[in-house]
Amino acid sequence: MSAEALSGSQAAVAERSRRDRPLDLVGIVLTAITLLVALASFFPIYWAIITSVKPDGEVISGSNSLWPGRFVFDSYIHIWNNTNIAIWYVNSMVTSLVITVLVIVSSAGCAYALSQLDFPGRRLIYVLILACFMVPMQALIVNHFVLMAQFKLLNTWAGIILPQLIVPVVIIVYKQFFDSVPKEFREAAMMDSAGHFKILFRIYLPMNWGVTAALGIITFIGAWNAFLWPFLAATGEATMTVPVGITQVKDAYGIVYGKLMASAVVAGLPVAIVYLIFQRRVTQAIMLSAGVKGVTRRHLDTPSWFDRLTMRATAP
Amino acid sequence: MLRDRKQEYLTALILVGPFILIYGALFVWPTIQMVLLSFTKAPLIGAGDWVGWDNYVKILSQKLFHSAFWNTAWFVVLTVIPNTLISLAIALAVNRLNGWLQGFVLACFFLPYILPVSVVFLTWNWIIDVQYGLAQGVVALFNGGEPKSLTRTIPLFMPTVAFVTVWWTMGFNILLFIAGLRNISPEIYEAAQLDSAGRWRQFMRITWPLVWPVTVLVLTIQLIAQLKIFDQVYLFSIGGRQDATITLVQYIYKLAFQQNKGGEAATAAVLLFGMIIVLSVLQYQLLRARGEK
Repeated sequence: MSAEALSGSQAAVAERSRRDRPLDLVGIVLTAITLLVALASFFPIYWAIITSVKPDGEVISGSNSLWPGRFVFDSYIHIWNNTNIAIWYVNSMVTSLVITVLVIVSSAGCAYALSQLDFPGRRLIYVLILACFMVPMQALIVNHFVLMAQFKLLNTWAGIILPQLIVPVVIIVYKQFFDSVPKEFREAAMMDSAGHFKILFRIYLPMNWGVTAALGIITFIGAWNAFLWPFLAATGEATMTVPVGITQVKDAYGIVYGKLMASAVVAGLPVAIVYLIFQRRVTQAIMLSAGVKGVTRRHLDTPSWFDRLTMRATAP
Repeated sequence: MLRDRKQEYLTALILVGPFILIYGALFVWPTIQMVLLSFTKAPLIGAGDWVGWDNYVKILSQKLFHSAFWNTAWFVVLTVIPNTLISLAIALAVNRLNGWLQGFVLACFFLPYILPVSVVFLTWNWIIDVQYGLAQGVVALFNGGEPKSLTRTIPLFMPTVAFVTVWWTMGFNILLFIAGLRNISPEIYEAAQLDSAGRWRQFMRITWPLVWPVTVLVLTIQLIAQLKIFDQVYLFSIGGRQDATITLVQYIYKLAFQQNKGGEAATAAVLLFGMIIVLSVLQYQLLRARGEK
């Protein structure tokens, strides 16, 4: 349970004890240390960004100044002109978005069926999903590779996408939330002779919009960041995704860090932006997927500006 | 009524159908194939002869498998324990802060976690570069002023990659710990303060026992995740001496994609699979035992 979800009295107590605490020296020192460690943790990211806008000469002079003498975007222009980064971007965007949509749609449907319908094989399917947690996907790379080779899908979008569609945690989280929707909603809809699809799309999914947003974002970030499988499935420069492609950025003269850092910044940018916009959703999704208790429905139901915008379009 | 039932089955089939297709083709079938393949002597692509337990005997006695196993174990130790302790310490510190300061500090620790592994690799490779790297200043302190490649020096390889991994992944653990800390009711601390218990006493008597379930969760999630390590180790060992720093998944990769031994690679995969199942079951037992208490 987080601060927002604390009951009124508890929050009041917390607030009071916080205010009553005298401004002690230990507290200030601890805060200062925390802040320093946090900045140290952020430093490598800062260093990569700063290196990418320094002129080449400054990067290899070994001066290691924390601020560039001159801001130049030569490195970015260079990687744009001399590598396939635009194609890698398209590959990453297409595969990550397709993975996200397919995972969310198939998982929501499956979770609804598992949660609300009675059909033979239901338990077996649930056991299968749980088993999926235990099987390391890394152990299946050999067989995925063979399978994709048999269907001639290596070096294609489909080949990169397919093995990444296995995200059991999305189904499990959805099922938990669907299980907790009060039965009255469904019964009332049944009275109005609404079918299961209508119930799913008009009641269950909109009611759990926060969950969908969180799971979608986390699936997208995961797909964008995936390395091992895209690295195996895409060997040609034209089919690589951004994280795989940027390890290929070299120069005729060997390693040129300014350019490498520019490609690193470009590769990390989409996920960094997604995170900075949806900070709370990302952290909620992580807690949900780790199965931490206390991430409540209330918590996920406070919609962000993005949710409000998109909810209007889907509301019943 | 019968029609209703029929309709329900049909709906279920439509909803579960895509799942069955995807998981059947990309999870169940490859898993069965993996086990079958492990008993054959086959190239990566193509049929092979049934050889029974030969592959298992061969791999279990192979030196490279042993070093892959011990390297992985060493990596697990080097990452899991520091990561858990540091994350808990940071979570405690972050939890004390309020408002925007907390958000800012948390973002500093969490941002690395969502970056792709290759971004992490490129960034750190630049920092520890022998010629121009920032970290050479630190290396020089231990090395008498001589620059040193941290990832090409075998004894330093795993600690270096482990350090980077801890930096990269601790945001996740910090988050879980913060969730755990927020679950502790402030009233308990109020009561402790009335009994004039000091900070340390409060931590040992209240925080630590109550945050222990999260600690177990964090430990086991990491343990299982680090057993599957590939990306960082592979990226940092490009051009280095890969065999000396090989891990289990890299071993599978080497057998399959560099030596074209599909059968043996599958055997190694089954062995990794077995280890992870054992750990998962142990985790389940541990969590259940705690739940009953």
